[in-house]
Parts: sequence; C-alpha cells; structure tokens
Amino acid sequence: MTGQANAGRPNQLLRNLHSKIASIPMILTAVVIFLGGTLWTVFYSFTNSKLLPRLSFVGLDQYERLWAAPRWLISIQNLAIYGVFSLIFSLVIGFLLAALMDQKIRFENAFRTIFLYPFALSFIVTGLVWQWILNPEFGVQSVVRSLGWSSFTFDPLYNSNIVIYGILIAALWQGTGLVMCLMLAGLRGIDEDIWKAARVDGIPMWKTYVLIIIPMMRAVFITTLVIIASGIVRVYDLVVAQTSGGPGISSEVPAKYVYDYMFQAQNLGQGFAASTMMLITVAIIIVPWAYLEFGGRKRG
Amino acid sequence: MADTVTLKGQAAHAAASRLTPGPQGKKPRPMFSPRNIMVYGALIFAAAYYLLPLYVMVVTSLKGMPEIRLGNIFSPPLEITFEPWVKAWSSACTGLNCDGLSRGFWNSVRITIPSTIVSIAIASVNGYALANWRFKGADLFFTILIVGAFIPYQVMIYPIVIVLREMGLYGSLTGLIIVHTIFGMPILTLLFRNYFTSLPEELFKAARVDGAGFWTIYFKIMLPMSLPIFVVAMILQVTGIWNDFLFGVVFTRPEYYPMTVQLNNIVNSVQGVKEYNVNMAATILTGAVPLIVYFVSGRLFVRGIAAGAVKG
Amino acid sequence: MNNNSVSVRDLSLSFGAVTVLETLNLDIKDGEFLVLLGSSGCGKSTLLNCIAGLLDVSDGQIFIKDRNVTWEEPKDRGIGMVFQSYALYPQMTVEGNLSFGLKVAKLPQAEIDKRVARAAEILQIQPLLKRKPSELSGGQRQRVAIGRALVRDVDVFLFDEPLSNLDAKLRSELRVEIKRLHQSLKNTMIYVTHDQIEALTLADRIAVMKSGVIQQLADPMTIYNMPENLFVAGFIGSPSMNFFRGEIKDRGGRKVVEINGVDFAMDAYPARGPLEAGRKVVLGVRPEHVKVDEPGAEIHDAVVDIEEPMGADNLLWLKLAGQTISVRIAGSRRYAPGKALQLSFDMSMASVFDAVTENRI
Repeated sequence: MTGQANAGRPNQLLRNLHSKIASIPMILTAVVIFLGGTLWTVFYSFTNSKLLPRLSFVGLDQYERLWAAPRWLISIQNLAIYGVFSLIFSLVIGFLLAALMDQKIRFENAFRTIFLYPFALSFIVTGLVWQWILNPEFGVQSVVRSLGWSSFTFDPLYNSNIVIYGILIAALWQGTGLVMCLMLAGLRGIDEDIWKAARVDGIPMWKTYVLIIIPMMRAVFITTLVIIASGIVRVYDLVVAQTSGGPGISSEVPAKYVYDYMFQAQNLGQGFAASTMMLITVAIIIVPWAYLEFGGRKRG
Repeated sequence: MADTVTLKGQAAHAAASRLTPGPQGKKPRPMFSPRNIMVYGALIFAAAYYLLPLYVMVVTSLKGMPEIRLGNIFSPPLEITFEPWVKAWSSACTGLNCDGLSRGFWNSVRITIPSTIVSIAIASVNGYALANWRFKGADLFFTILIVGAFIPYQVMIYPIVIVLREMGLYGSLTGLIIVHTIFGMPILTLLFRNYFTSLPEELFKAARVDGAGFWTIYFKIMLPMSLPIFVVAMILQVTGIWNDFLFGVVFTRPEYYPMTVQLNNIVNSVQGVKEYNVNMAATILTGAVPLIVYFVSGRLFVRGIAAGAVKG
Repeated sequence: MNNNSVSVRDLSLSFGAVTVLETLNLDIKDGEFLVLLGSSGCGKSTLLNCIAGLLDVSDGQIFIKDRNVTWEEPKDRGIGMVFQSYALYPQMTVEGNLSFGLKVAKLPQAEIDKRVARAAEILQIQPLLKRKPSELSGGQRQRVAIGRALVRDVDVFLFDEPLSNLDAKLRSELRVEIKRLHQSLKNTMIYVTHDQIEALTLADRIAVMKSGVIQQLADPMTIYNMPENLFVAGFIGSPSMNFFRGEIKDRGGRKVVEINGVDFAMDAYPARGPLEAGRKVVLGVRPEHVKVDEPGAEIHDAVVDIEEPMGADNLLWLKLAGQTISVRIAGSRRYAPGKALQLSFDMSMASVFDAVTENRI
C-alpha cells in the first residue's frame, strides 16, 4: 500500500459546511445580540447619552444618579418585596397543589386545566382582570361592604403602602399553575417504591413529604426557583396593565424604570445604568446556580 | 386467601365457608372519608379561586353599565347584552382611533404567524445541527445563547433598536418578526436540540451510511419523526408571541400595535367614561386566542411550558 | 498486493484527554468473519465506527479493498452497517427503508427494484415489504436492517451488536441465520459483540479487546484453549476459568506449581519456555478440565460445597487448596453438598500465566 490518501485532507473550515451555514442565525444572535448587545449597553452606561447614544464618558455618574433617585429606590424595594413573597408563595402553593393532585384523585385533568389556564394568558390580561376585581368601587371591597361589613377596606391598588401586594395577588394567580406542573412532574418522577417503603415503615404521609420527598426533589426546587426568580426580575407588563406604576410612583419596578428612561424620558444613560443593574441582579441569581449545577462538569 | 372470595357461584360459597370470622374481602372505603373530603375540598376551593377571574370577566362583559354600577361584580347578569363585545371589537377608542380591537387582532395575526414559522424553521435547523452535526465552537455559541435567555430583555433592547434602524426595519412588522425570532431562539433551539439528541443516534448513522447529507437527513429522516415537538414549539410560540407586550411597544409604530398593546391602551386610557363591560369584553377577546390554543392542545401545552418555562 | 479486505494501520483516537484507541493495527482477510469482542467501553464499537467513517480518527489510516478511505465519507467506503437498535426509519415502509440509500445515490429505479427484490428473497421478508417498522417483530426488524446493508451490494458488512436487543431464543435463531448468510455471500464481516457465545460460534477469528488494545487475535478454539493472557482467559468461558496463585518449584527435576502448600505437577503442560523455579505464576484450569473421581496421575482431595444441576451439565463448587473452584461434569453424575471426592487436573489443557506480566508462559 502506498500509505497516501487518495482524497486530500478536507479543509478544516469546510468540514461540516452545511451545519455551519445553518448555524449562522444562531451564531449571529449569540455573538452580536446577546453578547455584543449586552456589552454595548454596559459600555454606554458609563456615558451621559441623552436622546442618542454618545461617547462622552462620565464614569459612574449615571449610577450615582440612579441610586439617588427615589423612583429607583422604590422600584428596588418593590422588586425585593414582590420577589421574596412571590418566591415563597409560589413554591408553597405550587407544591401543596401538586401534592394534592398526586393523591390519585379523579378529574385530575380537569383540575390541572383549571390551575394552569391563567398561565396561557398574557400579563396584560391578568393585570386588567385583577385591576377590575380589586377595584374598590365595584370589586371585592364593595361586595363585602354590601354584605353589611361597611368598614371593610381592601383597596390595594389605591393604597401606595400595599399596592405591590395587589400586583403579587395577580402574579400568583397567573404563575402558580406552572409551579404546580413542575412540582407534579417532580413528584411523579419519584420511585413508587419509596412510598411503599414509607407506608410499610408506618411513616405518616406529611412526614414522608417533609423528610423524604422534598429533599429528593432538590433539583426540581432549584430549577423552579431559578425560573421564578428570572421571571421576577423581568416583571413589567403586569405593572403597566394593573397600576401603570401608581398610585404616584409607589408600584414602580426596575424594568419599567429602564423602559421609561430609554424611550420616554430620553435619558438613555440612566436607562443603560438601570438595565445594567438588572443584569447584575440576574447574575447574582444565575451564577451560583450555574456554578452548583454545572460547576463540576465540563461545559457542553 | 382473600382472593378466593372473588370466585363466583358455588365455588365462592365453598371457599367462603372455609374463612374464619373477622375482616374478609374488599376493604371498605367510604366515598366521604375525612381524607377525601380534605383533598377534594382543598382542590375545589383552589379551583374556585382560579376560575373566579374568568367568571368575573365573562359576567361583567355581558352586563350593561347601569347594572354594573348598581350590582356586585360576582352576580350573574340580569339582562344579557352583547353590546360591549361588539363595541370592544369594532368601535372602542384608543387615543384618536375608534375602530376597536379588530385592528390589533389582525396586527397580532400578521405578527404571530410569520414569527412562529420563521423562528421555528431557524431554531429547528439550529437544534438539528447542534445535536447531530457538531462542529468546533458550536457548544460555545450554544452556551452563550442559553445564558442569554436569562439576560433581562431591557439590557438588549436598545442595541437591537440601533441594528434595526440601520437596516431600515425599525418600526416595521419585519423588524418585530426578527425580534421574536431572536428572543425565541434560545428556548426553541434548546427544545429541538434536546429532542433530536433523544432520537436514536444509530438512525442518523444509518442514514449517513446510506449516503444522505445534512439537508436530506433533516427533511427525509428527522422532520417526519418530529411532528410532536413541532406542535409543542408552535404552541409555545403562538401563545408567547400573542401575549407579548414589550416588544410590540418598543419595535412597532402605533398602526402595527399588537392586540395586547391596544387592549392596554383602551382600558387604561384616561379620556372619557370608564366602560368596564367593554373593557372586560376586550380583555376576553385578547385572551381568547391563547386560551383556545391551551384548551385544544391539552397535554402538549404542559410539555411546551415545562420546556419553555425559562422564558418566564 | 495482498488479500486483505480491511486494514487498520496505527489507528489512534482520542476525545480530548481521553484516549479510546491507541496505535491499533488489524488486518482482516477477504471473506473473513471477524468478531471484535470485549466488555462495554473497551473501544470495540468505536473501532467499528472508525472503519465505517462515522467517527474521525485522530491518527493512522484505514484501508478497505486496498483503498485508503481514512478521510472518505461513509457512503464512499463500500460498507453496509447493521445496528443494535435496528435504526430503521420509522416513517418509511420496509421497502422504503431498503431503497432509501439507493435513491439518495440516484440509482435507476429498475436497479433499485432488482436489488430490493433480491435482498428480500435472501432474507425471506417479501411479505413485509409494504409494512412499517412499527408493525414488525424484533427479529423481523433486524432482518430488514440486514437487508438494508445487503442492497448496498458492498464488500464489507459491519455489525454493531446486532442481536443484543433480542430475547435469548430469537438471538440464537438469528445467529444461525447470520452464519448462513456469511457462508452463502462470502463477504467480509466485522461483528462487534460483548457476547462470547456469539463470538465463539460465528467468528473465523476473534479479536478480544480491552481498553482500546487488542489482547489476542486468533481463531475461536485458540482463544478458548490457549488464551494469551490472564484477561482473555478470565473473559472467555462461563463459569470463568479457575485461577490459582502459586509459585513454580523444582521437586527433584520435576516442575510443579505449589499452591497453598499443595503441589500440582506440570509435566503435561505445553510450556512455551523453561519454567524457572521461584517464578510467581497463576495457574488456570477450565471447569471442564477438572476430572472428578477418575484415575489420574495426581489425585487431590476436595469437598463439595454447592451443587448446581443445569440439565445437560452439573456444576460443582468445591473447596480445594483453600479456595473455591468450579467443576463441570456430566448432568447424570450427582454429588450432595459435603461429600468428599477426589479430583485431578488435565494439565495438557491448562494455562499458566506470569503473575507479574500476566502473559502466558
């Protein structure tokens, strides 16, 4: 044998050529939009761009202004309250519903359909429905008052101290169905024999859940947590529809701050700085998770 | 021993007579055991809470304004009227225009259909390339894409505005379609990549031994096997794009505003008297498309959202 | 130049830091049935995929029919392949599956029909041609998968564990059929399996692999009776060969292996070289090469621990020289546990390995 290849070694760039051509949209999106766009925004957050992006650097001025703005501080505070309660309640309610659904009940499909349908609706629709239900003049408050309890007060959307809880109610209605679904999938993924063993050992059901099942569902809980958390940071449409940030500025959130400064107040620098802060918030949530989840393993 | 009791006729008698007194046969399980009452009670209570807003929407939209002012929002309509629905569809006002939601509906249709098709076409080929034809660096781009799915949209919106403006597409439907394709890409690519990876690799190898190339394998082997996942992706995209608000506001001109944006403008407009029945009719109309998709698709929707949950 | 059908030259393959195959050489003769045998992860499937062109090699060359195909596409290598999971295209009929590759190659329809008809006849699947794979049994599916390789009209067939997904009965049926196919077609066949029965029954030659290295390449009888090293000896045979660690001693000119104070004479062992006294060795004896209660040169006392009657054979587990050994005797001879008996080894069929290098001596 000659030991010579009769076909020349194919050019490395041309290998898998069709695959590379087909991946161009993905590569462009990943590199230009996701990576490039993010870096661009972070970069321009150090400028004093107003109506149009300008390359005049002002250091950390935009950030100092941001953290001095009452509206931003309220936005952050709202996000914190909304975030903590929405995490706790969606996990608890979602898990309880999933546990109930997992009792070999009849009409499971009907119940699941009911719990999940709000998730199919947009935040705009959700916000407007709850705006109507929480309307003090006609909604829950007036109905309870007409039942004879005339001093009853429940007007979260018109009380700047509790308005964020009014938004929370709507958000929970919309999102807990999803959490239930994820939890139920987790519960169904647990080996039937665990339940049999617990039953033979005579462990009460609630104890089995708390001591055995929940620890086994760690991965599901973490995934759900990340999903809820990254949704929380983005909350925008719901606020716009339900309260438009009001009364006053008491239900403002960071995403709305960014939008308003970029597209209405024509103060791009502020918008970029605020969105960079949102990016940092997400990084604080995602990086530890990604580290825990993929840290040991090789990427890809 | 208890098994023998289930035998029919004489055999059963003969067998039963051998049993000692005490518990025998099927364990009695009352329908209304405390456990059942608790489980079903809790479920029904929760179901009522979840259904309440839908109910309120429907009854409000069927009442006249005088009845709304007098009664409570939970009471069924005394006199059913479809007037609010007609008005919401064809003559409700947003700012200067008074041609109702119909325009927004058709805008949303014109946005949703091409966006869904384009985004799925691109992402399915991406996922296929990642699953079966990996090349050096492919994983890096994919990782950036997935990490990008967690970046708040607000961070990337303005650079996209600039890019689209440079291309002369800012404000157009085409621009919005591109934006939906971009932001749908992480989750759809993940969905398709995982699906194609789950198909037996030997099938792909067999096709290569048979001499089929990239596109032949995609169209002749992979596509025909992947109908369910395409349906899942379609559900995900149709509901997601229909429900979008932010991109609609940012990337289109008012004459192209999708239904959600128009709905918000109608309900939250400050001018004029608030017509709650019209508002609720408009809200139902806007929610109708995703709701229909949801009720028709059933289990596939659950699969879609479980996969698309990252989209938040 | 020679009658090699497939030649693998200095083949290496590594994924990142992991080396799967290392400078591997293998020549397969024209018309030969070669089995690559090993446990999972030994590199046997990887080697087959390299020959098929489904994996790019890191180094080395592959020749098929004296043509260097190292960088060729699978379709251009003149091979047909059969997979463990059948890998039939689910949306196509049996006929569609058989003709897909030919259609991709743009062969004339008449030629396609002719080849499909011939393959269907050989494999007796004519009645199934219009069915979908989901309507076929496992055995029928694997026949179709073989048919797909047949229609390609190639010189070399590659089998990747083709019978592993079938139940025991079907497996032995199809095994016979593959052997018959090879006898009538006389193609070169390379067959990957982890099942030693398949390997022993089908192969002209077996290549036993471990950690990406071929441990022994020989005909089945040589592999079974004269394993080249300790790994091959332990891998082939069920129950496994009995191993005893000991030391070679010189007892007045006669060489013995001393195991826990018991001597086993080595006179009858066909040693390759001198057996030096003091060398640490491992003595290996297959269960059927132990004689029970038969007159022999050297008799040892043993006690029955467990008896496993298996019908045709009877398997005894005995205590000898401080360890448990297995012995295969005729099924009609029964021994109760606890019974004392006398046994002797057929040293002409035994194997002795160096305790350090683990190679046959």
